[in-house]
This record gives sequence, structure tokens and C-alpha cells, in this order.
Amino acid sequence: MRFTSQNIGMLLAKLLLVVNQAVAADTVGYLNDVQPILAEHCFQCHGPDEAARQAELRLDVRDAAIAPLPSEAIAVTPGAPAESELMRRIASMDDDTVMPPPHFAKPLSADQRETLRKWIESGAEYQQHWGFRPPRRVALDKKVNPIDELISQRLSQDGLQLSPRAAPEILCRRIHLDLIGLPPSPAEVERFVDAARDNFVSAIDGEVQRLFASPHYGEKWARHWLDVARYSDSNGYEKDLPRDQWAWRDWVIQAINDDMPYDRFIIEQLAGDLLPGATQDQVIATGFLRNNMLNEEGAIVPEQFRMDGMFDRLDCIGKAMLGLTLQCAQCHSHKYDPIPQDEYYGIMAMLNNADDAKTHVYSVDQLQTIREVGEKLKQIRESIKTARPHWQAELQSWVEKQVENTIRWEILDTYEATWVGGSNHPEKLADRSIVVLGHPSAAGDMYIRAEHDLDGVTGLRLEALTHGDLPFGGPGRGMDRGTFALSELTVQIKTPDNDAWVDTPLKNATADFSSPDQLLSTLPLAHVPEENKQKLGPVAYLIDGDINTAWYSDRGPGRRNTDSVAVMQFVEPLRCPAGTHIQIRFAQHHNRNTQPDALKQGVLIIGRFRVAVTRSSAPVAPPYEHAVSVAINTPLNRRTEQQDTAIFDTWVRHTPELKGHHDKIEKTWSKYPDNPKTSVLSLSKREQNVRRKTYLLDRGVWDQPKYEVRPKFLSVLHINDPSDEPDRLQLARWLVDARSPLAARVQVNRVWQALFGMGLVETSEDFGTRAAQSEYLPLLDSLAVEFMEHNWSQQWLLSKIVSSKVYQQSSQVGSALLNQDPQNRRLARGPRFRVEAEIVRDLALSAAGLLHTEVGGPSFFPPVPESVINYNFTVPKYWEPAPAPTRYRRSLYMFRKRTMPDPVMSTFDAPSGDTSCARRTRSNTPLGALTTLNEPIFIEAARGLALRVLAEGGDTEQTRIDYLFRLCTSRSATVEEQEELLRLLVDQRQRLAEGWLSINEIATGNADQIPELPEATTPQDFAAWVIASRVVLNLDATLSKN
Amino acid sequence: MTQLQSQHERFCRQVTRRWFLRDCGVGLAGMALGSLLERDVMASASTQHLFAPKAPHFSPRAKRVVYLFHAGAPSQLELFDPKPQLTKHDGQLPPAELLEGYRSAFIDPNSELLGARFSFAPQGASGIELSELIPQVSSIADDLCFIRSLHTEAVNHAPAQIMMNTGSQQFGRPSFGSWTLYGLGSESANLPGFVVLTSARGTSGGASNYSSGFLPSSLTGTPFRGSGDPILYLSNPPGFDDQLQRESLSALRRLNLMEHASCGDPEIMSRIHSYESAYRLQMAAPELMALETESRATLNLYGVTDVNQSNYARNCLLARRLLERGVRFVQLFHEAWDQHGNLTKDIQKNCEDTDRASAALVQDLKQRGMLEDTLVIWGGEFGRTPMVQGNPGTTDGRDHHNRCYTMWLAGGGVKSGHVHGETDDLGFNIARDPVHVHDLNATLLHLLGIDHTKLTYRFQGRDFRLTDVHGNVVHEILS
Repeated sequence: MRFTSQNIGMLLAKLLLVVNQAVAADTVGYLNDVQPILAEHCFQCHGPDEAARQAELRLDVRDAAIAPLPSEAIAVTPGAPAESELMRRIASMDDDTVMPPPHFAKPLSADQRETLRKWIESGAEYQQHWGFRPPRRVALDKKVNPIDELISQRLSQDGLQLSPRAAPEILCRRIHLDLIGLPPSPAEVERFVDAARDNFVSAIDGEVQRLFASPHYGEKWARHWLDVARYSDSNGYEKDLPRDQWAWRDWVIQAINDDMPYDRFIIEQLAGDLLPGATQDQVIATGFLRNNMLNEEGAIVPEQFRMDGMFDRLDCIGKAMLGLTLQCAQCHSHKYDPIPQDEYYGIMAMLNNADDAKTHVYSVDQLQTIREVGEKLKQIRESIKTARPHWQAELQSWVEKQVENTIRWEILDTYEATWVGGSNHPEKLADRSIVVLGHPSAAGDMYIRAEHDLDGVTGLRLEALTHGDLPFGGPGRGMDRGTFALSELTVQIKTPDNDAWVDTPLKNATADFSSPDQLLSTLPLAHVPEENKQKLGPVAYLIDGDINTAWYSDRGPGRRNTDSVAVMQFVEPLRCPAGTHIQIRFAQHHNRNTQPDALKQGVLIIGRFRVAVTRSSAPVAPPYEHAVSVAINTPLNRRTEQQDTAIFDTWVRHTPELKGHHDKIEKTWSKYPDNPKTSVLSLSKREQNVRRKTYLLDRGVWDQPKYEVRPKFLSVLHINDPSDEPDRLQLARWLVDARSPLAARVQVNRVWQALFGMGLVETSEDFGTRAAQSEYLPLLDSLAVEFMEHNWSQQWLLSKIVSSKVYQQSSQVGSALLNQDPQNRRLARGPRFRVEAEIVRDLALSAAGLLHTEVGGPSFFPPVPESVINYNFTVPKYWEPAPAPTRYRRSLYMFRKRTMPDPVMSTFDAPSGDTSCARRTRSNTPLGALTTLNEPIFIEAARGLALRVLAEGGDTEQTRIDYLFRLCTSRSATVEEQEELLRLLVDQRQRLAEGWLSINEIATGNADQIPELPEATTPQDFAAWVIASRVVLNLDATLSKN
Repeated sequence: MTQLQSQHERFCRQVTRRWFLRDCGVGLAGMALGSLLERDVMASASTQHLFAPKAPHFSPRAKRVVYLFHAGAPSQLELFDPKPQLTKHDGQLPPAELLEGYRSAFIDPNSELLGARFSFAPQGASGIELSELIPQVSSIADDLCFIRSLHTEAVNHAPAQIMMNTGSQQFGRPSFGSWTLYGLGSESANLPGFVVLTSARGTSGGASNYSSGFLPSSLTGTPFRGSGDPILYLSNPPGFDDQLQRESLSALRRLNLMEHASCGDPEIMSRIHSYESAYRLQMAAPELMALETESRATLNLYGVTDVNQSNYARNCLLARRLLERGVRFVQLFHEAWDQHGNLTKDIQKNCEDTDRASAALVQDLKQRGMLEDTLVIWGGEFGRTPMVQGNPGTTDGRDHHNRCYTMWLAGGGVKSGHVHGETDDLGFNIARDPVHVHDLNATLLHLLGIDHTKLTYRFQGRDFRLTDVHGNVVHEILS
């Protein structure tokens, strides 16, 4: 052997391992040997959770373990097992003193006791849990792939070695399935095999680069992220209404196709909206946290389920980014990992001040138009300023005049806000406004009550207010535009000497804005009977005594989601004694979709409002936007730019000489797009005046606050330099900080898991103290460090893995290796396992030539048996199975309804999306067999496959069988396989010919339908090939990634 | 035959005996669960007991369960819990002190009391008072054990239903049926171990009511459908007759064996087995579903008039047939009881739909000698308020009430002709022997021979239980 540097390196490394092993034989290591015992048997009562701690003994921290206890005993006396209470107690034969106590039902074995004894004898050294230490790179020869180096080293210790390289056609299929989730075509396989013959390394590299460039790469890897992100197309819970969230799914696909660095990928999803100059895409990205379920059941208290959503978000962050079981600290401090309960709520505090927003998503062209509208408006304003050099003074004097005319309003402090019937529980906010979230009531009555000095009151003001939790900001709850329609407003008062509420009539309603008169049936989403003549429009409708007319204030695209105000006068100023109560009733009966399956599309109720009274004579609404009223009463130095602009535009409108300019402004606004592409659930920063405090919740119960918790990070992980009030953006940055011990490891491990079927750390959602330390931790750590050094590039990581000998191994296994390593943990052979649910279907469609490869867009409805549809609480009448070719889109785009898991997907273990799933199970069941044998799409695939074989598979039975195999498994059929399939074909042709089987039924599904076939193909032959194709589609070799 | 092949043949033979658990666990990849299941598999890989039904912790009183889940929350005040004082105070407001800290769902708690519009009378030797609405269940009162003191935290349907079925209001936990299958395995060679039957409409809790949560997905309840294929995709595609199916599967089997011979992956043997099991299921299902072979007397007992019409009665009969054929856990869902209004009228209809068949199932199991080791459970997700919702007399209804409700049990080790627990005079609070959902589930597992504190599954570093960290066995109801 020549001593190259590589050889020397390997020798040294081996030597080191041998030395380490020799040491290990005699002593015990804390991390490998001791901590697992303590974590399993002791920490529950003697660990990080101070509330559960017994006898004031803490064993997860050395200083505490070796300190004298209140009983004066010392649990662990380093070097002296005989003087350690721990040893005495674990060896005790007495039920009252033995540890763990018998009722705990987790006794220690003799070996475990001996391990603890040796550990104490050798000094009871602790080591920080591996998962909490930053990953370190193992120094290796740069020229060698560390994957091969580290795994070969480990294998050689067990007398194992890497398996030979898989056949090129198998490898080609493996790479295609792993990178794009679709099998290669026979032509692609041939090309790869040829290229590999010339230069294997460059063939692999070329294939990998080609697949990275395919849009299908993002589709395949998005699905893995969608699992952890608990993506779904419906809200869950009882109603389980559909939601539009596909824009977020498409964002993920695009980000992965762009190879967005993983740290940025996370930051944008957690806090894209908080980035400077956030783009629409960055707002869409925040849909990630919004993927939690949403309860819209009648009579719920929204806050209860908002908190459930928050718990779910923390669980998701724990699984997706931290690799920690964060959820365990919701009810008490974590029992095994050093995560105190108040740090759990410290993390929540950084997330708790986001609104659950619903945002329009515009097309690229529409965004351009919106930009142009903005620029044009700016130009017009500049031209006004140029034309009127003294505009500032003029404007100022106009503003002053308005301020003088401002009416003084007294805001009612309501003590009750009731939705008649109880479907909703309106909530009062700190600014005395009332917000109505929760059940999407399509119609109903609501009243508020207050006690107020009403003597001399002349009028009433209703403010309809925007709120970040309302669709598009509200102020209404209309699902498409956030508008509202108020049918009727009435007032009653009750004097102390009277038990009854007395009607108090109103007159002269004015508003800052009313829409023109129109029929309810003309609104978008409207679906009412023809005889419905309910109207919308002027504010007078609010008090006209007609329940069929409603005040409506839709200012049009770009301007509609703003406050609205209506002012009404009492017919007579009120004369009433102190202690009089006032009740304001709101009738909301403008339901624009009265169909039984309206899916709440009819909702137009108000989302947030506030009522005030005044004593000014003959009060009317100012002749301009409520927002302008607010702006002019805001001190100059505190006005926002937006407020300045609003005042400016209003001054223009009120300056007769500027009518031309005003018309131009209006004309420009009219160009604002009014048909956004879709919408998305996203996050937005909560307004300062409605910011929430975060409390530690007793036992994690939503309405049991104990004390306020400030935002904070997990102290066991890397430190950060937080501000006093770290926000969501800082949390995002902390999660993927280069100093994080977990961020890169978790992601690298997840990628590894997708390729090999199991992560290097098997518990991909848990890297805490209960997670078994991977034998390949040095490999995981090296890859994690390099992953960060390579700008968190997933494509870099995949290239590295795919180009390794480990990845390229054949998956063939002999009995010796199978016995030694049945689950392939050591990786002495290539991965072989059934592909994920989505790929089971995509693969069949792709082989059949049916796959419709359109990328992105709304989810489609796959065919689902009627009996499944009928199992829903709210039967989804909208479920119209898509026709071809949409029907044959990738499974990624199937509509995922939470309470009705797709029967095909769930049979093959796709998660429901109820909670974050970091790791799918992989079942192999008779139900799965029935699905691929009999489900309609798979039968359609068998027919498509037969057609393709007949058209493209040459002229002989042999070439056709071979082609069938190559379409499904990427390899040729063996002689035996040829014979087997030929026998099937011959036998079934015979039965078809003799009329035992219906040719038409097999060929088309319908006995009366003759198949359309290319010339020279007989229906009988086609039917025989459908039979053969169905068998080959169900081969284990087809269903498995090999 | 090589040693490897013979090992796999043996492996296959072992697993052949048990239909469902085997298939979930046999997949070697599927075993990568870091779980008890995995450890069991790995520990016993060389024994003959692979995937055999697991031994319970102690001698079980019940070997199988039929859970009649009446979703929507049936009114205990109309059916099971007579309250003469409530009737007496009908139309009056409830005492103010009762309402302190009380949370209802829809109504203002300060609404008039509503007495039941139906009469109650003592039944059988036990003298248990039951409503005229349920004459058939009343006729077997001496076989039943009523718990009138159930309570739960949840007050909305979906969370309350998954609380009952998974022991948690948070989604993602395994259902009772999945836990049972996980703990005891399956007895049936051809049928799934956990079958779900649905009548009326879909449930608020949806598929989460019978989901396996974080347990292996094959422990999920298998819905038998009321129309079309009883099990999805059970029928061959159009034109494929039995012979063609058999010959196709035989070819598939031989092709898979070739693949196995060349690559050695034991998962292929599992796949072969899954396909053969699927075929057996196809063969077994028609016999199972042939309800017309039942005697006229049996059909009458259940009130099944048309064996092809899917409804609660047919599901009860089908449940018995499933249990007879070794299915461990059958759960019926009948979502129909959410009577916020029209209570008086609608609950009569519900009882017409369900009373006869519920009683028939118990009687039928009894006369076949199956009741003693079959646990029958009847109940919903919470109770209903003593206060009215809507207008008394016209649109009377009752709101959700989580403070107390009634369920009944029968068979498998529970006392018969027994009432446990008591509510106060107005049926507002529990007066004696409260039984929380966790206590109920602990008791049900106990009857199955399982210590609820020991049936655990390691997930996210924590040993999860059906009963979380709660639950006390209600020994008073054990026979």
C-alpha cells in the first residue's frame, strides 16, 4: 500500500476509532449510556420540570445532582458510588425506598444499575446533550465524500462494507423518483445508461442538474414540507369549509425550485410580512403558520380555538424547525428536555401579536397595474402641488376649518353584546369596539347595551371598523371582499323607573360613504331566488324600517377595506334620568347566498364596530372618509404618510378649482384590479392599540392565565441578542441562526429521511434528550455544517448525497446482512421502500402517459365514492370530480379535505393535515392492495398504459412486455417475467375470445362502449393488455423505489 | 429452497394468521417507528408469535367492543335521567347560584327551565326509571348499566367528540378503537380489526373520531360504507370476474416472488401477503354482507325491513355479524341528536330510528352467548341543558351541557340492572359519583384487560396514553 494522504487519514481515523472503542469498553459515557437511563427512569420526577420535582432532587444537572439534599443525603458523590444516595436507592429491596418507585412501573435492570455505578465511580461527569451542542465538522480528506468516508468507517467496524453500485437504469429511476417524484421515461433511462457508460460521474451530475431545473423538483419536495406544515385545503372541525390556501402551496414549490436558502425559506414563512418592503410573495409565505385548523362551529368562543391554533403553531415550529417536542411544555415544564413552561409561552409571546389575516393575491400583471395606479396617483398629486404653489397653506386652512366643525362623540362603554340565538359571542376590545369573530353567521340579530348619561343626547354614530382578523381587514366579514351590509339599526332606552325597553326613533341618517342603490342579487357570490328583491345602498336604508334594505359602503377595489361611519339623529333629543340604559339592535338579514350548500358565501355581517353618542345639535357625518376625520384630528407630527395622503386627496375633492385633478384621481382608481387571482391566509402585524399580552396558562388551559410572560427564546439553545421585545421576525432569525445547534441538523435529517426512508436521527421530530443518539451523528453534523456553509442550499445537499457511493448502492440484500441489519440502519445497502402515497398515484399516471403536468393553481377534486362524500357533517356539494386532463394532475394538487381524508392518499399513509407530521408511517395493507387494483384512476392508468404499450412498444409480444416493464420499473423484463406475463396474456386472450369476459367492459368500463383504438389494434388485444398492465402496475417493483 | 426463502416463507405463514396488525407491522420500513410495536416485532421476530393478538395485562372481562356513538349529544333528560323537580319548575328561571361560572354554548344560561315532555317509569326487576321514548331499551333495563354522572370539559361538538373518542380535545391523538387494536391485536383472519359504521349524517369530529393518530396508520378504523362497496374498492373493476382476478393475482404473486428472489427485500413478501389478504377479503365480504341470510325473527328483532337499506338498524345487525367473525372493535356513529330546537318532535324520531335496534343488539348478543365477553357502549359527547333553548312549547330545545350526561353499558364485565352516579334535582350538576371521560375510558380498557396507565406509545419523546395522565377505573360498575 502506498501512503497517500488519503490513506493516512483513513488509517488515523480508524486508529482513533479503535482507541475510542477500547476506552468505551471499560468506562461509560454520559450521553450514550447514562443519560438515556436517567431520561427514561428518573427525569419525570427529578428532571427539568420544577412542578413535578420530588424531594427537591434534580438529576439532569450535575451541580444539583452532587449537592446535598434537604435530607442531607447526596444523590451523586463523584467517585464514590457507596456514598451516593442514588446507588443506595436504586439497589434497595424495600418498596418504600427503592427508585424508581414500583408504581412508576419502570424498574432498572441490573445492567443499568451497573452502568450508573461505573459512571459515578469514574467521576459522574455530565456532558451536554448532543442535540444542544452545535454541530461540528469531522476533519476529513476534502476529496472524499464525507458520507462515504464516515459510513464506510463505521461499517468496517462491524465487518461490513458498502454494497456495489446499483445498475444504471435502477439508479436513474431512483434519482428521478427522489428528485422529482416521477419515473424516468424509457428514453431518459436509455440516455442516462449511455451517458453513464461514458462517464459515470458526469452522467449523475448531468441528470441531477437537469432534474433540478425541472419544475417537478419543487413539486416533489414541496410535498415533504406540506406534511410538516400541516397543509390542507379545508378548515377542519365540524364545518370543515374549504379555504383558498394554494397560493401558499405554490409559494413553497417556487421557493424550492429557486433553491431558496433554507434559512430564508424559514424567515419568510414566519415573518415575511415584517421584512422591509415585504412583497406579495413574502406575505403569502406567512401562510405557513396559518395552516392550522379553524373552528367555525356555532357558539364557540373564538379565543379558545385561537389558543388551540397557537398551541398547534408552536407544535409545528417544534417539529419543523427545532426538532424538539415543544408541545410538551404547554401544560408544564418539559419533563425531559430543559424547556421551562415560561419559555414555551415566551416563544408564544413572539407569535401572539400577529393577526390572522386574509389577503388578496394578485397576478403579476395585476401587481404591475397596482404599481402603475400608485405611480399615477403620485404624479397627479405632484402636478397639483406644482400647479398650486401655496397648497400647503390652503390645505392647512381647510383642515383647521374641518377640525373646528368636529363633533364631540362619547363612546358607549357597553356591558353586553349579544348575538340573538348565541351562534356568536361578540367580544369587547380595549377601545370599546366590538368584534364578531367565530361562527360565520349568514344572517341574524345582535344587540349591545350600555349605561350612559343620555340626557340631551341628539345623535348616534356607528363606526364600522377594520380589523386585522377580518377578511382583507374588513370591516365586514364578506369572504370575498370584507364588506358588510347592515339591514336595520334601532335604538331602545330603558329608564330606571321602567322595566321595558322603549323604542327611540331615529332620523336623518348620513354616512361618510354609501354605495349606489343595487339589488343584493347583483353582488359577486350572490345566489338568491329570483324573487329576492333585497336592496343595498344609501345609509337611509339603515333606519327606514324595512328589513329588506341595507346600508352598504363598498368604495371599490383598493379602497374598500376602510372604516365607514354612519350618523343618525334622534327625532327628539333624549330626556332621561341618570341610570338610563341604551340598547342598540342590529338586524343583519342580507344573506346573499341562501342555497343550502352556500358554504357561508352569503355572509355579509359586520366584523367590528363601535357606537358613540353626541349632544351636538343636528349631527351629521362629515362629507369625507372616516379615516380622514381620524387623520385631521391626529396631531401633525403623529400622522402617517397614508393619513397625509388621505387628507390631501380629500382637500383636492373639496377644492372646486381642482375638480379636474380630482376626476383624474378617481379615474386612476377605477383602473385598480378588482378580480384578484385568489386569496391566502397570512399573518400581519397586530395594531399597537390591540396588542395582546401573553400569559403562562395554568395546565395549558386557554382561559387559566397565571402571569404575564415576556417574549424570550429557549435558553438551552444558542443565545441571541434580543431586543427588549423580540418580535416574530427575531424569532424567525433565531430559529435559523447559524449558531443554532438544531436548525441545519433537522433539515439535513429530513432530506436524508426522504431519500433513505429513515433519518440519520430516526425521530426526525425530536432531537431532545429522549432521542437516541445516531451512530452517524458525526455525518449528520458534518453535513449540517457544510449545508450552512453552502448557503443552506438544498440542491447542494441533494447533490452531495446523490453523488455518494452510499446513495448509489444496490438495494439487493443477502440473508446475512438482512439478519444483521434488517432495517438498514447501517446503510450497507441502498434504500428500497414503497414510494409515498402521492407518488403511488403519480407513478401510475406517468407510466400510463396520462399525467397532466401543469404546475400550481387551485387544487382539483379527484373522484371519490359517493359513500365517502356522504360521510361529511357538511356534505361537500362542490365536490365535482375534475374531468381529464385536470383529473390526471399530480397528487400534490388534490383537494385535501381534513375531515374527509382522500381514501387513496390516506390508505398509503398521507397525513390528514390536522397536525404537523414530520415522519409518515409506511403501511403495507390489503386496503392498499385493493386501491391500486380497483380504484378508478388506477384502472384508467392501466388502460392508458396498455394503449401506450401497443402504440410505442414495438410489434412483438416480447418487445411490448419489455416496454411495459420499462415504463413501470425502468428496467427490462427478465426471461421468466416475460414468460409469466405472456402466459397471462395468452390465457386471458383465450377467455376474451371465448366470450367469458366482456372486452368492452375491460377496455372502457362500459359493456356497451367500444374502445377507440389506433389502427391495427383489436379491442380484444387491447383488453388483454389492460389486464397485463394492471398486473405490472401492481408489482412491488413498480410501487417501490429501488 | 434457500435458507432465506424458507425464512420468508415461515415469516409469511406466521403473518397469514393475523390480518391487520400483521400488515401494519410487517413492513420493515413500517416498523421504523421507535415504538413498542417495533420492539415487540424485533424481539419476537424469531418466534412463532409474530403479530399474534397480544396478551392483555390481566384477565379481560370483554374481548370485543361495540360502541354505539350517538353523536350530536342525546338529551339525558328526555331519555335516561328523570327529573320530576325540573318538570315541577318548568318555565321558571334557574336558581342564580347554580349559574355562577357556568358556560353554555348558545343560550343565555339564565333561561327558563324545561321539564321533559315524556313520562318515566320504573323498568324490570331493577326498577330503573326510563323514558317512554325508549320502550325497547327499557325492556332490557335489567341487562344494562347506566352511568348518569358523565362529565367532560368540552362544550362544542367536534372537540367534544374527539375528547370522547381519543381522550383529548386536541386533534391528532389515536382513537379508543385504535388503542384497543394496538393493545390487543386482531382476532380476525380476513377482516379488519376496527370497523366503523355510520348512519344519519357525517359526524362533527369526522375521520378523527376513528383515526389512529400517531399510531401506525393501519390501526385506523376501516369504514364500512352504506352504499356501493362496503369496503372501498372492494369490487373488481368492470369486466374483471373472479377468475380473472385470481389469475391476475397469481401472476402478480409469481412476478413478485421473482423480484424477491433477485433482491431479497422481505417487504416484498409482505406485499404478496397484502394482495392475498385483499383477495380473501373480497371473497369473505359477500358472506359477511349477506344480511338476507338472517332469520326473519332476527331481522324483526332489529327492525331491519330492507337489508339493502343502510341505516342504524342494519348497522347494528352488521355489527353483530362483524363481532361474530372476530372483529375486535366495531363503532357505530349516528349523528342526529343536536336538538337545539324541536326537541320534543325530533327526539321521538331519533328513538324510533335507534331504540329497537340498540336493544336488539344486546338481546341478540345475549342469546348467542356473546354478551358476557362483548362490551356494548351507548352514548354521545355531552349532555343537554335543563334550561330551554328557543321558545318553550313551540320551538323548545336544549343547549349543550358538559356538566352531566348519561351513557349506558352492557355485557363484558359490567353490572347489569345498575345505575351509577346521580345528578341534582334539576339535572344541572352531578350530585354523586362523577365519572369523567378519562374515568370511563380507563374503565373500558380495564374491562378489556388493559391497565390504562400501561398502554402507552412513545411519540415525540413522551409515552402517550388514551387517558393522558388522568383516569380512575370506576370499580363500582364492574360485576
